[in-house]
Amino acid sequence: MEYYDLLISILGSTIRLSIPLIFTALAGLFSERAGIFDIGLEGKMLASAFAAACVASVSGSAWAGLGAGIVTSVAFGLLHGFTSITNRGNQIVSGVAINFLTAGLTIVLGQAWFGQGGRTPTLPAEARFASITLPGADAIRNVPFIGPLYANVISGNNILTYLAFLTVPISWWILYRTRFGLRLRAVGENPGAVDTAGISVEWLRYRSLIVAGILCGFSGTYLAIAQSASFINNMSAGKGYIALAALIFAKWKPVPVMFTCLLFGFLDAFANFMQGKAVPGIGEVPVQIFQALPYILTCILLAGFIGVAKPPKAGGVPYTKER
Amino acid sequence: MSTASVSLPNWITYGLIPVLNLVIAFLISGLVVWFIGESPLDALNLLLQGALGSGEGIGFTLYYATSFIFTGLSVAVAIHAGLFNIGSEGQAYVGGLGCALAALTLDRYVPWYVTMPFAVVGSAIFGALWALIPAWLQAKRGSHVVITTIMFNFIASAMMNFILVHVLIVPGKMAPETRTFLEGGQLPKLDWLMGIFGSTIGAAPLNVSFLIALVMCFLVWVLVWRTKLGYEMRTLGLSPTAAVYAGIPYARTVIIAMLISGGLAGMMALNPVMGSSARLQVEFVLGAGFVGIAVSLMGRNHPVGIILAAILFGILYQGGDALSFDMPNITRDMIVVIQGLVILFAGALEYMFRPAMVRVYQKFART
Repeated sequence: MEYYDLLISILGSTIRLSIPLIFTALAGLFSERAGIFDIGLEGKMLASAFAAACVASVSGSAWAGLGAGIVTSVAFGLLHGFTSITNRGNQIVSGVAINFLTAGLTIVLGQAWFGQGGRTPTLPAEARFASITLPGADAIRNVPFIGPLYANVISGNNILTYLAFLTVPISWWILYRTRFGLRLRAVGENPGAVDTAGISVEWLRYRSLIVAGILCGFSGTYLAIAQSASFINNMSAGKGYIALAALIFAKWKPVPVMFTCLLFGFLDAFANFMQGKAVPGIGEVPVQIFQALPYILTCILLAGFIGVAKPPKAGGVPYTKER
Repeated sequence: MSTASVSLPNWITYGLIPVLNLVIAFLISGLVVWFIGESPLDALNLLLQGALGSGEGIGFTLYYATSFIFTGLSVAVAIHAGLFNIGSEGQAYVGGLGCALAALTLDRYVPWYVTMPFAVVGSAIFGALWALIPAWLQAKRGSHVVITTIMFNFIASAMMNFILVHVLIVPGKMAPETRTFLEGGQLPKLDWLMGIFGSTIGAAPLNVSFLIALVMCFLVWVLVWRTKLGYEMRTLGLSPTAAVYAGIPYARTVIIAMLISGGLAGMMALNPVMGSSARLQVEFVLGAGFVGIAVSLMGRNHPVGIILAAILFGILYQGGDALSFDMPNITRDMIVVIQGLVILFAGALEYMFRPAMVRVYQKFART
């Protein structure tokens, strides 16, 4: 039973650590499927976390924070669109620029506004997304096996967590069952054909970046005002890049994205759990191995050893209407 | 007629447009400073004073510039072959291991000028090896070098942390770093260089690796514009299909270009590891690999441009330190904002002003 409790606690933190990855990787899915590389995921996540924490602390409302997070992240998405769609700049350079800009701005503005070394003030409970107890969670808590699983892993999360898992089927439905999704995928494979059909490539790509911005807004907000109670310097700490790795590992498909993010979240949770503990027969496993594992797995996948990850064909190439 | 096909004189393409982009980036940085309630002009004054106002300031500026020249060259060599190497950061970090191993082995037996060639080669080889797998993946398996080099930055960080915490740490010490190198493992400072200008270097760690960086600039120029390999690389960068038609081996050229790029990034470690702190520390690269992207973009991938851009960023780093000291409201991270804006305008938006320039130019050319 003791081992089962451990498992439950690791699964619980797996869920918590996966949520920002799921939102961010789905954001990358929309923009990359439309043919826009999005290295700036990290930056958008960080900027929205900062905006959400600022507005939530000033207004005292978590929902206002979420709104600010989304608006900020969409604004950076539009900047990415302005450079890489309208001005046909290099998408990677633009993404790198966004990551730098947001990393610097969040600290500079945070220090100027709050004077706490780039932190925002700690939020009161009502300005955060509180955990929700699902119906019946307390009643069956003591039922063996199912009870703790339901009460501690499935119930007791905040609303953004449930929203993240809801976003996965919705994204699938939008991409594969709507006209917008069909066109969006087409513009990432063959923008010329979409253009010939009389559909604006530029506007379609802008819309994909707006969707990506909204999703990054959710992930940043989750970090700052659902998972923790304030914005901290460099809070995203490379999660945007892990999400990018997850997106590639999942071969640019929504449902595999969710499972990959859960796997990477589990690795992270497991690494935290294993810190300083010895495995019988092996000894202490260095925590760095778990930290590097998502990246190593992604590189192995990219090398084509476990299936082939084929990116959208027109990814990274600005579309020129006529030459 | 599309404005993209009109050719402009070189002084506009390589002079006016980059300067214009840079000015816009700095104007917006000024707006940010103004927005948080400080005077942009005072800030600029403090920044320039701090970076260039004393021998020590100049020494620090050139010390930072040394690192940025190495990483800038690293990014530029890859770009000439059509590869965007975001992995200079990780390659420099692993390069530090090669550099430190040479210094740790030799410092008690020989003077610095014997250690130095081993350290140069060691750091270059370790950096190059770290670029090898992404290069091989790009060349043979078609996986995008941008993605793999990003992944390798994180893998490098985890691996180096492990090595510093578990292998190279001095027993009984808490800080994850190697022992301090003896004199045989330290690069001497360039006091005499500042002495020529009648100034003193003070505490600034400007050292011999600055001269190595300048030599590398010359060698990169020779490589890219005066050798067959450089010609092949540039052809590949302009058009991979044309290069393959012309019989240039794609895989070989990609791998060699990335090895050179990784080697140059690795050599960056000489400057902080052997030149300044005389030990290998955690996260000593401090983002210089990413600054290299900005430096290379601003310097138009040419060694001379890279030296100028590296010095500019050196001024920003040293001046930014002085600025945050005098204006506590402006943190050191203001440099990161400026860096982001420079990458945005000089890199991603480099063609934004081109159509307008073409219109203006045509108007004047006609009259």
